[in-house]
Amino acid sequence: MFYREAGDFKSSYSEDNQTFPIKFDRYRYYFILLVGFAIVPFVINDYWVNAVFLPFLIYSIAAIGLNILVGYCGQVSLGTGGFMAVGAYACYKLMTSFPDVNIFFLIILSGGITAMVCVLFGLPSLRIKGFYLAVATLAAQFFLVWLFNRVSWFYNYSASGQISAPERTVFGVAVTGAQTAPWAAYLFCLVFVFACAIIARNLTRGMQGRKWMAIRDMDIAAEIIGVNPLKAKLSAFAVSGFFVGIAGALFFAVYLGAVEVGEVFGISKSFLVLFMVIIGGLGSIFGSFAGAAFLVLLPVLLKNVLVGGLGWPTDLAAHLEFMIVGALIVVFLIAEPHGLAQLWRVAKEKLRLWPFPH
Amino acid sequence: MKTKLLTAIAAACMAAAPALAELTIVDTSYRTGPYAANGIPFSDGYQDYFTLLNERDGGIGGEMINLIECETGYNTEKGVECYEATKGEGALVYQPLSTGITYQLIPKATADSIPLHTMGYGRTSAKNGAVFKYVFNYPANYWDGASLAVKHILEQSGGDISGKKIALVYHNSAYGKEPIRTLEGLAEKHGFELSLLPVDHPGQEQKSQWLQIRREKPDFVLMWGWGVMNQVAIQEAVNIRFPMENFIGIWWSGSENDVKAAGDKANGYKALTFHNLGSDYPIYADIQQYVVDAGKAAGTGDQVGTVLYNRGMYAAMLAGEAIKTAQEIHGVSAITSAQMRDGMEALEITEAKMEGLGLPNFGPEFKVSCENHGGNGFGAVSQWDAAAGEFTLITEYYQSDQDIIQPLVDEDSAAFAAENGIEPGC
Repeated sequence: MFYREAGDFKSSYSEDNQTFPIKFDRYRYYFILLVGFAIVPFVINDYWVNAVFLPFLIYSIAAIGLNILVGYCGQVSLGTGGFMAVGAYACYKLMTSFPDVNIFFLIILSGGITAMVCVLFGLPSLRIKGFYLAVATLAAQFFLVWLFNRVSWFYNYSASGQISAPERTVFGVAVTGAQTAPWAAYLFCLVFVFACAIIARNLTRGMQGRKWMAIRDMDIAAEIIGVNPLKAKLSAFAVSGFFVGIAGALFFAVYLGAVEVGEVFGISKSFLVLFMVIIGGLGSIFGSFAGAAFLVLLPVLLKNVLVGGLGWPTDLAAHLEFMIVGALIVVFLIAEPHGLAQLWRVAKEKLRLWPFPH
Repeated sequence: MKTKLLTAIAAACMAAAPALAELTIVDTSYRTGPYAANGIPFSDGYQDYFTLLNERDGGIGGEMINLIECETGYNTEKGVECYEATKGEGALVYQPLSTGITYQLIPKATADSIPLHTMGYGRTSAKNGAVFKYVFNYPANYWDGASLAVKHILEQSGGDISGKKIALVYHNSAYGKEPIRTLEGLAEKHGFELSLLPVDHPGQEQKSQWLQIRREKPDFVLMWGWGVMNQVAIQEAVNIRFPMENFIGIWWSGSENDVKAAGDKANGYKALTFHNLGSDYPIYADIQQYVVDAGKAAGTGDQVGTVLYNRGMYAAMLAGEAIKTAQEIHGVSAITSAQMRDGMEALEITEAKMEGLGLPNFGPEFKVSCENHGGNGFGAVSQWDAAAGEFTLITEYYQSDQDIIQPLVDEDSAAFAAENGIEPGC
């Protein structure tokens, strides 16, 4: 009944090639965009922005970035936290060195810097694969955190080693700093998420994405059919680094406002984003969103239900939260090893036939 | 679906608004994670004092205290979530008990006109109230702590420590890095050699740092640790047979939970403190009667009288006195957070006041003013007695070296003001 192609005729290649070829899917997508851009900013408050939407949106960008590397190109990376730190510190140095340049461009520039760093650490991928590559990127994680702790130039020689974002505006509206209105921070991040998702989607279904997937599925075969592994792997690292860097910059500048590298961009962040990608679904843009939503929203929801709703002690609730989230991850991965994105695909197939399954 | 949830939440927020008549106190605690061993006693003490005021006196100035607890796990992201979730309920003051969360909240709380009390932690230069209008760190700060420790070492070494070696073992975060600048200044002044040994979060891995200490043989070791890092450091010091009386921790590295794990060998370990220890005070009879025996104690109620419990209670006492001061200044009992700030800035702690509260001689006397949000920097040294199982004060209260601290405070706060476009003024 839903998601049916019947009666939906395409008369040109561009129509046939669009991201959402099914009419129902397309309208649903437009509707979500409408809600996201035109309705949510008017009803949003500080709590919803800082506890729910900003982390969800920013982790989505990071998950998309990592998904390109792990899910599409098959290069396992445990350096996401370190690369986010590169984005954050690049953004901080740019913000304080060029106070007159619009923050929008500085964040894109931070993404570019992260892309370069990411390519540098991606070089070993040309020789080593799989778990060994994971260990090499783990080295990147520890090295980068150590670097930002050690070299005081990165935090402008402040006594505490903390970096804090000064106020910056876009069209005269503050998007970083303490005076930021909730809707402004939300819309600023949403624009980045929207752009990143569209870029990622179109890259992955074009020639570049096919090269990445060829490398992922079998690198020797890919090389034989003419895919240059050097270019394919390093371009995956670059694009992934670009997105992760943007996520790190937004995480620091818009969401937290002050950052301490060891605590915020530690190894646990790398694992968190990797879990988002695995739970959401490897090789799926929707999966990146689903994974981020699952791991960001569920703890907040559980906390509000257990402490706010049922009035349980906070420590009991915090421990239960770990157990419930952990158990749900296991349950989801047993029920559907390909992640939430696959569940969604199956659900769509079912809905297409519903209510007549045969 | 999202919009439905949003409207439901908005409605809930509006419904919650009329409850503002009470005095709301938020306890951002951490009872889970690697810092829980220290977070639990502090939070218990903080909550029990307010419970006592509610049960015994019917609140403060006739207004009941509404206590909200929020678990941060010493994590900045959860800390922000807690702040956003509770600020709408009319929170009067935040005591985040984390330097990292403090750094996040300084701009946010200032924009929302909610005072922060970072007692003995946080950003040291917040002492300058002309720049940090909503941040208070009385009665002492990290730089005072660094100076107090060096003064104690000076006294022990007969007034001359030139050429001696002092090592600083610190939590590699904003918290641990804070005292470095002061120690460098003091090293120059007194001619000792300073070596820095960072320990990464959470601090379970310290073998290499203590190996280095064994090799370099510093005369004294200072520690800026918290949570599990304290226990591990003291155990490692015992393992390399470092003389415990030459090992001095900041006030956050000197609770029973930190030394007990190392057993009898930890005997003689020293830590700074800015309030008195033990449970030999009249207020404890009231806490026993109104809170513990009534079954209203926070947590499991087994922390009463420990060092960090006392500190949490002291923090709550200072908040309670600031509320009273604010009520006097503004002539209303249901104060707002902005009025709370005025109360904190006019706070004066005298011996008579402390005695009246059942805490005679519990802490130093001090008076807060707009120019000085940080007290006078008095502290004392306590020492662990493993046989008796308690910390005891071994010195009188003495003052830190203000000649070296005040210029650093002025310099750092001026940098903050310039960075954020704040016009300093009282």
